[in-house]
Amino acid sequence: MYDNPDLARTTVTRDIKIAAHGCQVYYGDTHAIRDVDIDIEDKTVTAFIGPSGCGKSTFLRCLNRMNDTIDICRVEGDIRLDGEDIYDKRVDPVQLRAKVGMVFQKPNPFPKSIYDNVAYGPRIHGLARCKADLDEIVESSLRRAAIWGEVKDRLDAPGTGLSGGQQQRLCIARAVATEPEVLLMDEPCSALDPIATAQVEELIDELRGQYSVVIVTHSMQQAARVSQKTAFFHLGSLVEYGETGHIFTNPTDPRTESYITGRIG
Amino acid sequence: MTDVPFTDASSGPARPARTGSLLEADARTRRRNAAEARFRLYGIAAVGVGLFFLAALLYAIFSNGIGAFQQTGYTLQIEFREDVLDKTGNRDLEDIKSVKTFAYSPLLRAAMLREIETHGIDTPLADAKVTGFSSPLDKLFSDGARSTLRDMVLADPSLIGQTVAVRILASSRVDGYLKGRVSRESIERDKNLDAVHLDLIDKLREAGVATKGFNLAFITGPDASDARPEQAGLGVAMLGSLYMMIVVLALSLPIGVAASIYLEEFAPQNRFTDIIEVNISNLAAVPSIVFGILGLAVFIQFVHLPQSAPLVGGLVLTLMTLPTIIISTRASLKAVPPSIRDAALGVGASKMQAVFHHVLPLAMPGILTGTIIGLAQALGETAPLLLIGMVGFIASNYPDGAISGFLAPNSAMPAQIYEWAKRADPAFYERAWGGIIILLLFLMTMNIIAIILRRRFERRW
Repeated sequence: MYDNPDLARTTVTRDIKIAAHGCQVYYGDTHAIRDVDIDIEDKTVTAFIGPSGCGKSTFLRCLNRMNDTIDICRVEGDIRLDGEDIYDKRVDPVQLRAKVGMVFQKPNPFPKSIYDNVAYGPRIHGLARCKADLDEIVESSLRRAAIWGEVKDRLDAPGTGLSGGQQQRLCIARAVATEPEVLLMDEPCSALDPIATAQVEELIDELRGQYSVVIVTHSMQQAARVSQKTAFFHLGSLVEYGETGHIFTNPTDPRTESYITGRIG
Repeated sequence: MTDVPFTDASSGPARPARTGSLLEADARTRRRNAAEARFRLYGIAAVGVGLFFLAALLYAIFSNGIGAFQQTGYTLQIEFREDVLDKTGNRDLEDIKSVKTFAYSPLLRAAMLREIETHGIDTPLADAKVTGFSSPLDKLFSDGARSTLRDMVLADPSLIGQTVAVRILASSRVDGYLKGRVSRESIERDKNLDAVHLDLIDKLREAGVATKGFNLAFITGPDASDARPEQAGLGVAMLGSLYMMIVVLALSLPIGVAASIYLEEFAPQNRFTDIIEVNISNLAAVPSIVFGILGLAVFIQFVHLPQSAPLVGGLVLTLMTLPTIIISTRASLKAVPPSIRDAALGVGASKMQAVFHHVLPLAMPGILTGTIIGLAQALGETAPLLLIGMVGFIASNYPDGAISGFLAPNSAMPAQIYEWAKRADPAFYERAWGGIIILLLFLMTMNIIAIILRRRFERRW
């Protein structure tokens, strides 16, 4: 099936983390997502690509029920995290979001100190039993987000005073501090310069060791660089989903090919 | 597409070419500039008119009201005669209390006559006869002067038998003469004062017996009846306002903020909440007298709360302030960027945690500003207080303790000012303006606090 036996091997060894079947999303009367079926694997970086307005961010936000905050938004179909339906009535979205963390397009640190930014999640989830525990979580999260060295001397400084790239890494540190199993990233580098982008991408590659990472991106180069699997969305439908190398070198769908070669989008 | 020429703008009907020098404005530009210059002129004129009226208003207020902060009085050596005040000589408080205020009149007259004598003032009033209980000399003193002396003696009976220097309030006509409000022409038809009195006052002034002093009693004292404008003060009405503001703050801040948070962050968007929203905006525009009659009907006639009580006033003003607070609180909640809510929800905070940990602190400066402006509005509100009976000669006694502060009949600053403005004596008119100065100072202080709070708590994100 695959040209590259190496890719075929990695595919079979990974477990399915999130499985979506027949997913539909409506904004009022607008049918924003049509019939999306996708299996997102554990310990993998999955990239969602597609032209603006194709629904990739909307679908991403379905995965941790952030769409619940929008009144007119309605989600149908079946999305399972480790086999459990996340839209089941018994599921508390707050618990779900602790498991499925999110990093947003625009860096959005709380207007509090760097320490408090990272410590907020562990605090509200009761992950730390004492101050020393919390200090340790903050330090390890900041280390994992590759920002510890830059901020360790000014943990009391406001998080909003950092540069854009630092703020985004701080947001990533904040997201990993709650020990999520899946990390959703909605165009995390769109507001960053190339150097900061490179740092965040490196970070994403490291995070893959522990989490399933789903990243929405407008940059096809970025998708090619950081992801193992790529999903191409167009006009609310999932057009093609497969190994990143496969999608970029040998797309099956003509629409994917046109997008990748820059003819649509 | 690349072969389409960039000149397609000129492919339509031919347009006149832009000729002429850049150094010279064409007719169209000149017209445009003239229109802009005119508009600026209108703007400056409008601001100028506004400033002129503001200056005129301030001038009127201060020139009319500043007199209320000074009051004329005489410094007299009062001899508290034992044979008048305590005939038995046993200093029994009950016996001293049985001496009525009019018995103190001779003491005042005697003290005044002594001053006339020591300064060698020549006046027909020195030989004036006492007819019945009154003497022409009495017209120099405030009606309240005697009771002031009596209160002094009752507070300290050891004064009896001594001669003490006491500052005695002059009558409002004398006070008006010193302030220029009363002239020799105006008293011709006035039976409260004669020309001989004015001659005497002129001399007493030269002798330093009659002086104008700072009128602390106007700021701290109780209201006085129609006959004693020189004694009327704003102090008790100020307490009434204070107790009302406590009620307003204690009720409208929590209710208003809770309602706004619910409507803004939690309530579903449907027809019902839409109706509530529209009605809150409408309530902000309802005339305050409507709230007054509502308060009269509900709080006094139905719930039977006491009339004229600051508690009821506070409740009515709470109803009036709530829309202001809700509207400004919702505006400041709306101004918090949604990315902050997303961030909190994204790390697994519940909606309530997101609101109380992150949104509310950021909205705090706006909420506080709105609250203070609402309070300032309530502080200056008069109309609803008229309907619940907080106007009239009521602010005459200090409330004893907090409970009576809320429940005992009282007035409020603006209602007291209204009350003075409608009394006949021009001396009260002066006090009305003086009251307005105090009220404006309060409002200014509150607005400054609002600005400081906004500066202080403003967060950068």
